[in-house]
Amino acid sequence: MSTRLHRGGRLIDRSRPLRFSFDGHPYQGYEGDTLASALLANGQMLVGRSFKYHRPRGFVASGHEEPNGLVNLGAGDRVEPNHRATVTPLKDGMTALSQNRFPSLDIDVGVLNDALGRFLPAGFYYKTFMWPRAFWKHVYEPVIRKSAGLGRVPQGRDPDTYEHFNVHVDVLIAGGGVAGLSAAWAAAQSGQRVLLMEQSPCWGGRAVIDEPEIDGTPASHWVDRTVRALRSMPNVRLRLNAQVSGVFDHGYVLAAEQLEGAGPRQRLWRIRAGKVIAANGAIERPLAFAGNDVPGVMLASAMRDYLVNWGVSIGDRVVVVTNNDDAYRTALAIHRAGLIVPAIVDARPRPDGELVRQARDLGIRIEAGRGIAKVTGRRRVSGVKLCALSGEGSPIEEIFCDAVAMSGGWTPSVHLWSHCGGGLSWDDDRAMFLPDPKRPPRNHNGSPIVLPAGSVVGELRTAAVIGSGARAGAAAVGADAPEILAHDAEEGPFLPVWIMPQGAKTALKRKMWLDFQNDVKVSDVELAAREGFQSVEHAKRYTTLGMATDQGKLSNINGLAVLSNALHVPIPQVGTTTFRPPYTPLTLGTIGGVAKEHLFQPVRRTAIHEWHQRHGATWEPVGLWRRPFAYIRPGEHVHAAMNREVLAVRNGVGLLDASTLGKIVVKGPDAGRFLDMMYTNVMSSLPVGKCRYGLMCTENGFLSDDGVVIRLSEDSWLCHTTTGGADRIHAHMEDWLQTEWHDWKVYVANLTEQWAQIAVAGPRARDVLSKLGGMDLSREALPFMAFAEGKLGGFDARVHRISFSGELSFEVAVPANQGLALWEALMQAGTEWGITPYGTEAMHVLRAEKGYIMIGEETDGTVIPQDLNLGWAVSKKKPDFLGKRAQERSHMAGGHRWKLVGLEPLNRSVLPEGAYVLGHGENANGQRNAEGRVTSTYFSATLDRGIAMALIENGPERMGQVVQVSNKGGQPIEARIVDPVLYDKAGDKLNG
Amino acid sequence: MADAVTLAEPLGMIGLRGDHGDERVRAAVVGLTGTAFPERLRIEGTSQRGVAWMSPDELLIFVPRSEVALAVDRLATDLAGLHHLVTDVSDMRVCVRIEGPDAREVLAKLSPADLHPDVFGPGLFRRSRLGQLAAAFWLEGEGARVICFRSVADYAVALLRQSAADGAVGHF
Repeated sequence: MSTRLHRGGRLIDRSRPLRFSFDGHPYQGYEGDTLASALLANGQMLVGRSFKYHRPRGFVASGHEEPNGLVNLGAGDRVEPNHRATVTPLKDGMTALSQNRFPSLDIDVGVLNDALGRFLPAGFYYKTFMWPRAFWKHVYEPVIRKSAGLGRVPQGRDPDTYEHFNVHVDVLIAGGGVAGLSAAWAAAQSGQRVLLMEQSPCWGGRAVIDEPEIDGTPASHWVDRTVRALRSMPNVRLRLNAQVSGVFDHGYVLAAEQLEGAGPRQRLWRIRAGKVIAANGAIERPLAFAGNDVPGVMLASAMRDYLVNWGVSIGDRVVVVTNNDDAYRTALAIHRAGLIVPAIVDARPRPDGELVRQARDLGIRIEAGRGIAKVTGRRRVSGVKLCALSGEGSPIEEIFCDAVAMSGGWTPSVHLWSHCGGGLSWDDDRAMFLPDPKRPPRNHNGSPIVLPAGSVVGELRTAAVIGSGARAGAAAVGADAPEILAHDAEEGPFLPVWIMPQGAKTALKRKMWLDFQNDVKVSDVELAAREGFQSVEHAKRYTTLGMATDQGKLSNINGLAVLSNALHVPIPQVGTTTFRPPYTPLTLGTIGGVAKEHLFQPVRRTAIHEWHQRHGATWEPVGLWRRPFAYIRPGEHVHAAMNREVLAVRNGVGLLDASTLGKIVVKGPDAGRFLDMMYTNVMSSLPVGKCRYGLMCTENGFLSDDGVVIRLSEDSWLCHTTTGGADRIHAHMEDWLQTEWHDWKVYVANLTEQWAQIAVAGPRARDVLSKLGGMDLSREALPFMAFAEGKLGGFDARVHRISFSGELSFEVAVPANQGLALWEALMQAGTEWGITPYGTEAMHVLRAEKGYIMIGEETDGTVIPQDLNLGWAVSKKKPDFLGKRAQERSHMAGGHRWKLVGLEPLNRSVLPEGAYVLGHGENANGQRNAEGRVTSTYFSATLDRGIAMALIENGPERMGQVVQVSNKGGQPIEARIVDPVLYDKAGDKLNG
Repeated sequence: MADAVTLAEPLGMIGLRGDHGDERVRAAVVGLTGTAFPERLRIEGTSQRGVAWMSPDELLIFVPRSEVALAVDRLATDLAGLHHLVTDVSDMRVCVRIEGPDAREVLAKLSPADLHPDVFGPGLFRRSRLGQLAAAFWLEGEGARVICFRSVADYAVALLRQSAADGAVGHF
């Protein structure tokens, strides 16, 4: 049993007990505990079941690398799955549930998989569930998903808030151990901006556990002193509980900070750093011996952490198994705590360092050149069987114990170095992948972004770690490194051990775990190698090695060493899998930050938006705008509203909020020439005071935008764009002006939001405006396609005679702050003619009846003006315009293009949106050939039947023909090809 | 106490595109605002009467709203014959005030610009982003001023209020 000792625990406050529950059982811990230390203090060693075989699992680590101790944390809307209990500060009232077990942690039916483990090797799913094919979707996948899932998804909305924070620093230091602190100290002397972040709640890293001597004082004193000194410096900022999560191009760095108390729950730091010092330490390696996953087997350093930090012992009798001197510190700590170390099993033939001698002097039995053949016990360690390291695993003797502390050496956490492309090289002596100083990740100037320090560069002794940190900190600011002296025990050499014993046969290898969470064993990696997986990236995906939530922090190096051995190629040739951010998983809330619920996305509102809202508008999103789709009266159906609005415009007068249309002013001596390049037709010849409809194409000839251009003065024009096109067309103009025609004297300004614009359309439109008074809007004074500026009923107005409905129509622009007042004045003035606000759907129907095209309906980026019978708006005379050359290409200019026509359904119905016009026969894929498609389809209240526009092969030459239109789930619908202009073809109304 | 975020009274704003190196342009601007001509990333004067650098050939001039029409005419006269573009943009943008000790951090939660006091002090003007919004901001009065497009005024106020309500980070 693990338990709390009566003494010790540097982080806990025994005067402040906290209550919590795990799987419904009430427990007690102390302030300063993690959930893991508190569970262990209560003897709760079993905390989860493994992913595939549902093996009982206990804690193996004490930090972020923990693969087993994942819990569902919280209750109700605050449930969070896959929380690592080892880094979860204990809170009063905390509730946690174990994961991946059914029906309970103690009795799990999935453990059957373990008994069948021989039949569930790597790639089992790929091999087994292939047949019958339909079973995958309906049988296999649902069952596998149910048995596999880790954690539960919260059911409600997340009640917490999150935020981002942007900072620019000269030097960011990741890791607040002694390397990070000395780096911060060295960098801070320069006066440059220094930010030091530590993922845990306390400073000092491993040094404060082992207390080497630094600068003549115990490490914890030096850490306190250094932190105090750094805090007093105005250019230095320190953050605990903040994990540097990823390093990106140009020194952009993300860090996640866990917050306490009121306010946001987590903060995502978005840091622009000149230099990043990666001082984020190393992670201890497990050893691969049979039964290394049995609860009670733990990393030696973790066992020491629980003892020193939280006063928790993992067992009374602890066998230490190691290939290095550091694990002896665990043995010594356990011995000093009054517990028993029956043996230190050392893989090395002749261990002889200072710590080894201390252990020997204390009378601790050291078994040199030995390994563990097998751990006995199932839900808890009951003993270990020793063997010769170099043999096949014949047991020499069994030692009874209730815990095993293992250490396979240390693996530098090179993640931050590697995220942005830093190269690694294999150090054969230390058996580590280390940052290759010749291949750092570089910024735009070619200088290194990341400087690695401390254990990240493979240093494990205190003096070297501190020296490396100080040098990195000084190098980051271009200064000389301060000298900081340190002393710890001399250590003997380490011996790489990838499997134990070295000659183990398959039966043992099937019980040697590499990836604890994903149940990947030595035998699985070897099988992958035998089946031809040579790339480490492929072997990873085939076996799922390193794909768990811990992303292989414990398993990768052992796994690739096993793969290297199986492939008979050296480790550096096998290489590592790719290190990708984030270092540990980030919650979606943190990534989203403040952008949730009403702040999820900005909604653009016109000056008249509130009025629309008060008058029953249902909304259509257009870009980020919301435009009224239709104004629904109480009890009215949306279709009825739309039809009412259409008929009101045709028979009386309607109002449309057209404020969202883009309005771009173009001015300068070269403005006319510029617009002649932008538009397919000629704009330079437009007289002042007149309007002209224009088309814009991309340089590939495809129709990109349309709208009315007006000439304001001799050297200035105003270009109207589509609602969605305003920003894009403005950028398009600037792009050409700044890059291609930089010597042309043209200024453009996007004034879309400066004006509110209201379309007054219908036979009574002039009557309504005349009632406001102030401007002569007669047919003679203001003919179709002219505009005038003046005071309209007290408003500063620009009145355009343009029409998108086919009716007599005026578009009135006023400064946006006057928009609502104008709208209300028009509603008032039009009362006697039944003035009716109409939405975008009525606008669509009106324009379709008139045969007007709509960008985004009749166009989709593959349509040229000629396809839409708009050749009249494409200049034949101009020497050039954007798209001219492209439109002359053979497949654009030749026959067989799909061209615009109207479609009249024979049964008067509304054709399905996006339907195809069916051709003869089938294509190579056995699909029915198409000879066109429906681009717009509506119910026309004016004609009392369905109307449609379509692009049909050679359509205009096929007037009167009946075609078949696809109808999903039903018989094709017959429709006649007709002229798309169905309303007032002569234009009498519009010119009225 | 979180910083107060409120919509300011409508400002008078004039957009001017022209050659910043041209003496006539400089004189016309300075004559109108009574301030210095703004260098890159700077604002001279205030949101009541001042001028901000928007881009290498663009300025935003602030005058009292009642004077906008007159100022536009005056610029047109002063710059007659010179290639330029003057536009009344008073209705195009709104101004949001952030009043309080943590205005800098309220902005830094939303903008990627460097807002460290050594860099972002009085007189500095940044066109940047606030979350998903295009916005410009500078220090004025007991806090900061933000201008953004009128269509997103409600969103901008709500966004800044949430950032203020979430409290200080304690970084600057």
